[in-house]
Amino acid sequence: MNNWWKSGGPYIWLNAGAVSVSMVMVFGLIVLIVIRGMGNFWPHAIVQFDYQANGQSETVIGALRKTETLTAQALRDAGVVLPEDQALVTRHLFKLANRDVTGRDFAYFIENFMGEWSYPKALTVFERRQWGDFYGFPKALLERGEVIIEGDGLDDALWAEFNARLERANNLAEEIRHIERHEIGAINYQIEQIRLDKRRAELKNELTDAVLAELDQRREALNAEYAQLQERLNALASQVSRDAIVMEVAGGEEVTIALQDIVKAWQPNNMSVMSKVGFYLSDFKDFIFGYPREANTEGGIFPAIFGTVTMVFVMSIIVTPFGVLAAIYLREYARQGPLLKVIRISVYNLAGVPSIVFGVFGLGFFVYIVGGTIDQVFYPEALPSPTFGSPGLFWASLTLALLTLPVVIVATEEGLARIPSTVRQGSLALGATKSETLWKVVVPLATPAMMTGLILAIARAAGEVAPLMLVGVVKLAPSLPIDGNFPYIHLDRQIMHLGFHIYDVGFQSPHAEAAEQLVYATSLVLVVLIVGLNLTAIYIRNHLREKYRAEGD
Amino acid sequence: MAQQTSSTPHSDVLPSEKKRARLRKIRRFKDGFSFFGVGFGGLGVIFSLALIFLYLFYETFPLLKPVSMNVGTELSVPASGDPSPTMHMVVDRYEELGARFAQSGAINFFNVADGSLTDRISVTIPEGESVSSFGRSESRKRLFVYGFTDGSLMPVKLDYDITYPGGERHVKPKLTFPLGEEPIRLGGDLERRSFSALHIVDGRGGYAIAAGNEQGEIGLALFETRRNMLLGTVEINRQDYTLPSIGEPIRQILVDDALRNLIAIDRQGKLYHFSIVDRANPELIDVLQVVDDGEQVTAASFLVGARSLIVGGSDGSVRQWMFVRDDQTNKFHLTYIRSFERQPGAITFIEPEYSRKGFITGDDQGQVALHYGTSNVTLKSVQLESNAPINRIAISPINGLALVKQAGRDEILPLHIDNPHPQTTLSSLWGKVWYEGSSEPDFVWQSSSADDAFESKFSLVPLSVGTLKAAFFAMLLATPLAIMGAIYTAYFMAPTMRKVVKPSIELMEALPTVILGFLAGIWLAPYIENHLPLVFTSLILIPVGMVLAGFAWKNLPEGIRHRVPAGWEALLLVPVVILLGWFAVASSPWIELALFDGSMRQWLTDVGIPFDQRNALIVGIAMGFAVIPTIFSIAEDAIYSVPKHLTQGSLALGATPWQTMTKVVLLTASPGIFSAVMIGFGRAVGETMIVLMASGNSPIVNFNIFEGMRTLAANIAVELPETAVGSTHFRVLFLSALVLLVFTFLLNTLAEVVRQRLRKRYASL
Repeated sequence: MNNWWKSGGPYIWLNAGAVSVSMVMVFGLIVLIVIRGMGNFWPHAIVQFDYQANGQSETVIGALRKTETLTAQALRDAGVVLPEDQALVTRHLFKLANRDVTGRDFAYFIENFMGEWSYPKALTVFERRQWGDFYGFPKALLERGEVIIEGDGLDDALWAEFNARLERANNLAEEIRHIERHEIGAINYQIEQIRLDKRRAELKNELTDAVLAELDQRREALNAEYAQLQERLNALASQVSRDAIVMEVAGGEEVTIALQDIVKAWQPNNMSVMSKVGFYLSDFKDFIFGYPREANTEGGIFPAIFGTVTMVFVMSIIVTPFGVLAAIYLREYARQGPLLKVIRISVYNLAGVPSIVFGVFGLGFFVYIVGGTIDQVFYPEALPSPTFGSPGLFWASLTLALLTLPVVIVATEEGLARIPSTVRQGSLALGATKSETLWKVVVPLATPAMMTGLILAIARAAGEVAPLMLVGVVKLAPSLPIDGNFPYIHLDRQIMHLGFHIYDVGFQSPHAEAAEQLVYATSLVLVVLIVGLNLTAIYIRNHLREKYRAEGD
Repeated sequence: MAQQTSSTPHSDVLPSEKKRARLRKIRRFKDGFSFFGVGFGGLGVIFSLALIFLYLFYETFPLLKPVSMNVGTELSVPASGDPSPTMHMVVDRYEELGARFAQSGAINFFNVADGSLTDRISVTIPEGESVSSFGRSESRKRLFVYGFTDGSLMPVKLDYDITYPGGERHVKPKLTFPLGEEPIRLGGDLERRSFSALHIVDGRGGYAIAAGNEQGEIGLALFETRRNMLLGTVEINRQDYTLPSIGEPIRQILVDDALRNLIAIDRQGKLYHFSIVDRANPELIDVLQVVDDGEQVTAASFLVGARSLIVGGSDGSVRQWMFVRDDQTNKFHLTYIRSFERQPGAITFIEPEYSRKGFITGDDQGQVALHYGTSNVTLKSVQLESNAPINRIAISPINGLALVKQAGRDEILPLHIDNPHPQTTLSSLWGKVWYEGSSEPDFVWQSSSADDAFESKFSLVPLSVGTLKAAFFAMLLATPLAIMGAIYTAYFMAPTMRKVVKPSIELMEALPTVILGFLAGIWLAPYIENHLPLVFTSLILIPVGMVLAGFAWKNLPEGIRHRVPAGWEALLLVPVVILLGWFAVASSPWIELALFDGSMRQWLTDVGIPFDQRNALIVGIAMGFAVIPTIFSIAEDAIYSVPKHLTQGSLALGATPWQTMTKVVLLTASPGIFSAVMIGFGRAVGETMIVLMASGNSPIVNFNIFEGMRTLAANIAVELPETAVGSTHFRVLFLSALVLLVFTFLLNTLAEVVRQRLRKRYASL
């Protein structure tokens, strides 16, 4: 033992342990996110049990969220009466749903007071457009308030008819949403454009009667179109509100729910594993391609994914040429000397400057100064409401481009430095000018390095949230940054972002607990995106190293 | 010619001379174009990065800009028909319209630009009487009260009607009568006497008028106004009180906004402080000598919000007093806080600013001085041309213009003031400041304001301490783990395993911090709260367990030992770590039962250690997680690139691997490890999302691991979107961004220089 101690064995084991701990932390974290994120879409079984505590008895219906063991003392401190000799207590957190009926979404239940758990097959879950999920037993189907079928909802005529009618209601709702989002959205956009045209003409003193008449005519036409759409909407609204279903909740109370409020209905205790898998996949698809509801705590994250991707795309367009130019300048053209050394260190160091500082700069300089000036020069008709003078897509992209510039510069410089000087000399010896050597020989060889830099930049940009909170990301953007209205890509619009979505839903939403699972799922999407990008970059880099190693030999 | 042709072989395949010259020209042009293009682009990028520095400086610079106060051209306001003495002056918020309240009861409105009279409104004076005294409310409430020789009072309110005929602003003043158009009288014995001092308040409980006379008697009337929502009529409920006489002629009387304190000042320099919380039984709390012995109080005024009092003495002294609560008796006592630059003559008038804690004073030698309370500075003083005593000063609601009236002169002097950020000085940003409402000087960050009377508290100390605290706890976790991990990975680990381990730890770096913050805040914080002993048991158990596992492994039969080659210890330890971690979790409630009466969290609170769910421990773990890969990656590179001949030499001389490690490798690589730690520290200092989500964001100044903190970065993220562009708050946030930028930039530069020198050293070894 003594010898072992002297030889430093324990220290080596301790150092090895540091690696193990780090690895356990990394993989533990990823496993945690994957399990929680993936678990969100699984149709979990719903439990029914009797609960007797504090002299009261109630029937509880809920989905088990988590189980934990606490000291009895901690619960006694919180006012729970427990037997004297009990040291530890197990308690379960259940999702009770029915936020509108009972007012409590989640509750802890102590195992001591629980009756037997049962899984009634007819228990039905509704995902609703408002008030979160609903758990209950189907009782009767209503059409315009009249009962048409009664039953218990267990594979009977009621359930079949309900599903058919739910599909109809959903199709109608989809149509309504389409009209509201796209058609009416387009008309509103055009009406706003007319207002701006008028104001523009007014500012230029060109507002003649002819122009005015023309604008009025255009507006009339749009208004007529709008009225037509409104009529169609009214008709649809009346159709969609036709059906409703009567449900019995845990306490025995009956609740009527209109079918138009239901997004999805399923009976988790009555599903086979296969149908659960099918449900899981479709739920996952809805999450990726759906729009958020209820202050982002329900529904999908499509606008956030779309916003993130658009922003990163615009950023890449900005950062690539400038980063590459700067790197080429530093490596190929600038005179190597102490001054350049200082500049190079400074540029590299900017990669370590806190991202929030870039956000501050973006907000102050880009948004307020540059954006404000652009508004005054190019968009005077829209003032005082800002066009580019408020946070938006373009400024977010530009700020991130600045933030990731060092990444691209460093990677490109590294790539340029790696190119054997023989290649360069060969080209020059054949009589090529410096620029020809550069653009036709060196730069093409360094493109993979640039790609690596760009991918790393994208990965960093996609995960960065702090600066975006200042320069253009919002909780809920009314419209996507790319749509069918000219000029198709709207650089001035505010966007949604995956990272900010996580922060906002996890910490700022009124139903943080209910939305927790959704945030895990969003995190998973973001992690997959970023880890994927990084792995690509690592792959390209390793591949590249080997390639040049082979050439250099 | 012919010879030339023949001297060029293959002339038929080459382009003609002319074409070649052209081509050369094009190529030269392209070369030059590329040179300038790249140069321009590259320098542009470097410039735009430098712009970040420049811009942040540019935005913070106004904080340091000296205050200017320039005397404008004299206005001679036509005094035709009203030469009577001036009782008060005001300026409107557009700095266009000034008003002079004359003793005749007339209010003369004049254009501030040229002095022309625009309006005149008169207050009706009872038949045969004249104005004997004048009182007013806080400037922003624009309430005034006239006292007449018969003892009756006339409260009025000045309002401005703003219209935009033809797109141009037109401000029309008008008088309203919130307490009725008839003069009122304060009840009781004081009825027939005229008052020497008046004050009117539009406070929280309604209006109040306080009046004192030459006999030292004080009357107080409260008016509760209630508006009938249906009829729109105003109901006034009046109550009268008499306070004990102070027995001295009253020079000035003041009542605070909350209608809790009444202050009477005599002609000798004594101040009588009454508590009027229980109005039926007013209590004399203190009699204070507020100026030096033998001197008199010549002017006094509350600052906006009426929580502190500025007292000017006949010796030119200017002092600030505040109501400070006595913790034992729960009573508020007027306490001396700070004094300002002394003026040459006796202070004749004090005019507080409308929306912040600044004020302007005038003395009897013609000097005007601008002061600011919170930051305890006299910003600027100006000696006017004539050294006649200053009679009245008016300051505009936006603090850009002051009007000064000197005794014995008809002219009014405008003072143009540029004073946007008086509350930030080096000492108010970094030192302890005694704020209104607190019982001692302290470091406080509290920027949000409910109303104009709020004293904004911009101490960067809580934020800086919070930043360092968060970074410290993160480094406490990250440094040992990352450096030890780097040592093992670079030197002891089997190459096949290293190929997996290094990229996975580097992958940690790419994980978005928003996810780490989310997990820390939502999952880890409540989990740790419920399993607090886990932290301490795993800190002890895991290292001990690792060493024991190593010892056990060494003593295993060789047959088993040789199945795993050296360099795979880390893999062997993974199950040990997981097992011990699980054990720490499972044993946590039992430890709580055995040692902490069942709940460690409760126990901590009972012992007197405050506990927040989102605390420095959580931030330390989450941010440590984010910093580990940064430190690991750089330290590993430094250790790995220690030249092999050094280690081989050491081993050949008989040193054990561990001796070689500590005596040769670590010594050589130590600058690299140092720079790794610096860069990691820089990252921890600037990290925003983790702290924002996992720390609770309360700006406190301590290093308690169980309490949260607010860091500079998180503070910017929270407050910058909500602040007004160009305000002091805005610029202070820019300043904190600049502090962050400079700090991390210096750290990184230091680290980079150290690394470059190390690289050179390796090359020479």
